[in-house]
Amino acid sequence: MIPTSFDYVAPTSVDEALSVLAEAGDDAKVLAGGQSLLPILRMRLNAPEKVVDLGRIEALRGVRDGGDHIAIGAMTPYCDIVDDALVREHALLLAKAVETVADPQIRHRGTVGGALVHADPAGDVGAPVLALEATLVVVGPGGERTVAASEFFQDLFETSVGDGELLTEIRIPKHTGWGASYEKFVRVSHQWSIVAVAATVRLDGGSIAEARIGLTNMGSTPLRATAVEQALVGKGASDLAEACSAAAEGTNPPSDLNGDADYRRHLAGVLARRAVQKAMEG
Amino acid sequence: MTAVDDRPALEVGKDRRRKEDARLITGRTRWTDNMVLPGMLHLAMVRSPFAHANIQNIDTAAAQGAPGVVGVFTGKDLADTQGVNINAWPITADQKTPTHLPVCIERVACAGEIVAVVVARSAAQARDAAELVDVDYEELPAVLDMKEAMKDEVLAHPDLGTNKSAFWRLDSAEQGSGGDVEEAIAKARESGIVIEREYRQQRLVPAFMEPRSTVVDPTGDQMVVWSATQVPHILRFAIAATMGIQESKIRVVAPDVGGGFGGKLQTTPEEFATIAVARKLGKPCKYTETRSESMVSAHHGRDQWQKLTLSAEKDGTVTGLKVELLADLGAYVAIVGGGVPVLGAWMFNAIYKFPAYQFNCQTVLTNKTWVDAYRGAGRPEATYGIERLMDELAAEVGVDPIAIREKNWITKDEFPFTTVAGMTYDSGNYEAATEKALELFGYDELRAEQKRRREAGDPVQLGLGVSTFTEMCGLAPSRVLGSLSYGAGGWESASIRMLATGTVEVVSGATPHGQGHETAWSQIVADRLGIPFENVEVLHGDTQTSPKGLDTYGSRSLVVGGEAIVRAADKVIEKARPIAAHMLEASVDDIEFNAGQFTVRGTDKGVGITDIALATFAAHDLPDGVEPSIDADATFDPVNFSFPHGTHLCAMEVDTETGATTMRKYVCVDDIGTIINPLIVEGQMHGGLVQGIAQALWEGAEYDEQGTLVSGSFVDYTLPTAADTISYVSEHTTSPSTTNTLGTKGVGEAGTIASTPAVVNAIVDAVRHLGINDIQMPCTPERVWKAIQSAGGTQDAAPVADAQPHFDEGTPNQDPAAGTTDGAAQ
Amino acid sequence: MTRITVSVDGVSCTDEVEPRMLLVHYLRETVGKVGTVIGCDTSNCGACTVHLDGRSVKSCNMLAVQADGHEVTTIEGLAKDGRLHPMQVAFHENHALQCGYCTPGMIMQAIDLVGQNPSPTEDEIRHGMEGNLCRCTGYHNIVKAVAAAAGAMSSERSDS
Repeated sequence: MIPTSFDYVAPTSVDEALSVLAEAGDDAKVLAGGQSLLPILRMRLNAPEKVVDLGRIEALRGVRDGGDHIAIGAMTPYCDIVDDALVREHALLLAKAVETVADPQIRHRGTVGGALVHADPAGDVGAPVLALEATLVVVGPGGERTVAASEFFQDLFETSVGDGELLTEIRIPKHTGWGASYEKFVRVSHQWSIVAVAATVRLDGGSIAEARIGLTNMGSTPLRATAVEQALVGKGASDLAEACSAAAEGTNPPSDLNGDADYRRHLAGVLARRAVQKAMEG
Repeated sequence: MTAVDDRPALEVGKDRRRKEDARLITGRTRWTDNMVLPGMLHLAMVRSPFAHANIQNIDTAAAQGAPGVVGVFTGKDLADTQGVNINAWPITADQKTPTHLPVCIERVACAGEIVAVVVARSAAQARDAAELVDVDYEELPAVLDMKEAMKDEVLAHPDLGTNKSAFWRLDSAEQGSGGDVEEAIAKARESGIVIEREYRQQRLVPAFMEPRSTVVDPTGDQMVVWSATQVPHILRFAIAATMGIQESKIRVVAPDVGGGFGGKLQTTPEEFATIAVARKLGKPCKYTETRSESMVSAHHGRDQWQKLTLSAEKDGTVTGLKVELLADLGAYVAIVGGGVPVLGAWMFNAIYKFPAYQFNCQTVLTNKTWVDAYRGAGRPEATYGIERLMDELAAEVGVDPIAIREKNWITKDEFPFTTVAGMTYDSGNYEAATEKALELFGYDELRAEQKRRREAGDPVQLGLGVSTFTEMCGLAPSRVLGSLSYGAGGWESASIRMLATGTVEVVSGATPHGQGHETAWSQIVADRLGIPFENVEVLHGDTQTSPKGLDTYGSRSLVVGGEAIVRAADKVIEKARPIAAHMLEASVDDIEFNAGQFTVRGTDKGVGITDIALATFAAHDLPDGVEPSIDADATFDPVNFSFPHGTHLCAMEVDTETGATTMRKYVCVDDIGTIINPLIVEGQMHGGLVQGIAQALWEGAEYDEQGTLVSGSFVDYTLPTAADTISYVSEHTTSPSTTNTLGTKGVGEAGTIASTPAVVNAIVDAVRHLGINDIQMPCTPERVWKAIQSAGGTQDAAPVADAQPHFDEGTPNQDPAAGTTDGAAQ
Repeated sequence: MTRITVSVDGVSCTDEVEPRMLLVHYLRETVGKVGTVIGCDTSNCGACTVHLDGRSVKSCNMLAVQADGHEVTTIEGLAKDGRLHPMQVAFHENHALQCGYCTPGMIMQAIDLVGQNPSPTEDEIRHGMEGNLCRCTGYHNIVKAVAAAAGAMSSERSDS
């Protein structure tokens, strides 16, 4: 319940943070919202020499209109995303997923950038970011680079953000007018997703013109169900089952107390159909 | 009692808001961990990560030298002073009872056992240094599954030579309370119905919200112990009995205690270790556990396999019940650990008139956390078994589950009724509770909806679950306990102190941890003595102010402790009577007492009981030979248990596509005798219900093959939240108990005992038409879905034929999902 | 050690703390606000819920140094001039507590909930309280209390 001792520094700019990180090397841990990091520190699963708190860098907070995309500061807390007008208008799927994260207290502190870099495959932010084809802005000693969401998640708790780098912004292409739904399957409400399916669709008449499907906790990273996306094109609301049944194809979900891999594969199909159905409703 | 018009409104039965709340809603509560004493030191425990291992060597040098560290103590260092964890209820004379040391010396028998204690100036320093203690373990083979343990191939305690702790039997033919169960079963195999099932009572974690904490302040050879315990009096006894400290030197205080549910009725290794270290150092010491420590080191509950054989005539009249329990005690026989499953002996026959009955219980030791009472203790397990079986019988006969119960239950005219187990139920009315429940539930409408959904092939099916339960409350008559070799009595104590200024102190030996004793006891005393509710103060939980008591568990506080208070109050009145006569210049025989006033029969002369309290304080003018006090003590030992009962009805929706279950409606009608405070009773019902529902749906302590508790935190041990539960309909019928003055029966465990089978019966009922007759608890979506898959979703895929010879050893359950989970994880 | 200044229940507190100190330990051990309690080590139970700048947070899931310059309100700062907060009254009136250990966190979260959503439905209350575990009440009366307090708080607002 008590973390090991560490030094603490709270830079007020990204540049300052980068130089602190450069100096500290491997022994530093970046603290964003802290809602996953603090439990890890308390249980002494990680014992950093230095904790670099990004909480005082105002520039990393907030959502702005970037023209063809919306740009979300990495330190924007969940609760600000859920109610943000830009997010709801152009990236509804993200809002729907974020409102299911943990509980209200956690959503007050937890940040979308922190969750992405933590990269827990059961976390609820990865799948929508992947499905919405976001671009992630990473800065480091060598300057700024952008990474496609599809390249961002590398493995369990591993992203393309290297040592000494920071995720600063999530750029989501505008999905204006797309319906969205995040179907999260849990046994009790405060649990991590057993499986969740993020679906967002653009309709043309009564049928699907474009679909984007992301899967949570179906492998070591968030996954995109592109085969389902393609199969859904042209389908109406009563005609989704076959296309969605392939949702688990090629996935490698975990087995644990909440369900084995087979059960998760089955769930992915059912939840995909339900998510698309709801997404088509709005 | 005669009705008197000018009596003040009675307190008993009133929904008084609780006196306790004022400090709890403002954060002014006295939790043990809030306690800070000058110079207080902090403890951190070094615990074994292994389920079974020899301790080869412990190197404490690095820890000793760490900042702030005052001392590091191994089991060897504390060997002569640490006492021992006691088993107070050896269920047989030859019970195998491994020695349970607070801090292990040579060997650990389950993960989480303490091997060293680090003491430092701050909790953080103690934790830091605990990481530096280097322990060499030699891992030993661990036995984790109780059926494996029965083979005695791997031993939990090699020195005992066996894992079998004790075998206990009750046979109705042998004790003369009924017929021969084997005969009844044999006859049913020829010409009746035999239902054979094996049910799993999974292991649970009590998960009280306040982690356990102990503060010890040694002052010379005296000592004060504050502890988050349900049993301060028993703790004091155990300290004196095992640690070589005179009982008179020990004061134990249970300040505000944040829930227990049986989980805090233990005397714990952590308490003994803290006491031993504080005495060694002569300094105040505190130990507060983390939740993760609590999950693995505080005792667990339930954990049984139940092999059940029910025989009946073709019309559903039950002719016999045979129960064969296998109960996992974990690594040690806890304070009443062996006895908990035995309590089921008197409960499996429940509310029914079974002519023949046999109960067998084998307790076994494994290398898992020790097991003891958890809300209901033995009775939920039994109620689950029989109420599941009655539903199975109804399905076999082809009648409604309510009808099968009506055919077999004790009717309201048959009380008092001596059961086939030999217990005499004093009162009850199962018809009334059931009728009311059916009406509140809208049973017929829901059955009609169920039919519609089945016919339409709705992916969401509806099931209705019935549980008509009884329990034995008010632990317990001391003679009965003595006959069962229980190590203590079952009496309870109370004192009433009449203060000079008109207020009253009530001292109770029952120690609450959330039940609202301060409020309920005030109501009882207010009525009995005619004192305003506000003027009654209830004192408890401190062996210095309430020196005698046997504490709170087994729904005993009101039934036993409440009666002690009534008797103490009556003694106060009797002590005051001659003084009243003296003050009123009348004969004692002419003095009447009513609503706080002593009056002279046939006159309007009177004196209040508080005036008499003042008169005895002054003691200027008392009758000759009368002591200047009307204070009184009483100790009550009941002659029988009390038997609350009720009918619980549950509607569950089952999503056949995912296996997810959703509670639609829950109605309970309970007969708990006279109700002192309906508000408190409702609260007890709601909380009890959710704990029982949680066993059915969510909770389970799961171990991996190494003996590590996998569900070792609130992340994996899935307690329900407000978002997972619904609002309940809770009503009452009343047939007062005849064994105590107030007519109370006890309510603390009722909801938990009744609700588990109601929920599982509802889930099975929702999918029975698919060929499913059981789903193992907790009924996770995965298990429900797999049961549906295995059943093939069709009527003809019924997995089990019922009337067959006894199942093979080692064939677990008739649950198609059971085979998919690892045996060690059960 | 790091020097922090935190306003706790309206009082400015300046203290030297270890960076690793959790906010809940700071409140309990340094400031003496033992009304805020610890129920778990995984930030599931919500017993330690306080308000940080007016919004509910789990104080076991923050470092004390992160609260530097911010305002913290605990269960002990709710009653004003001896007058209980309507949420405290509602918990008492509706018997929404038994052992009371979860109660400070429940009340703090419930106040945040009603602040965001002045007339919540039962379902909204249940989901709004999903970060707080209770083992005694079965939540039934907690839900009732939050609804009652929401009613009382809105009529208080319309009266003033």
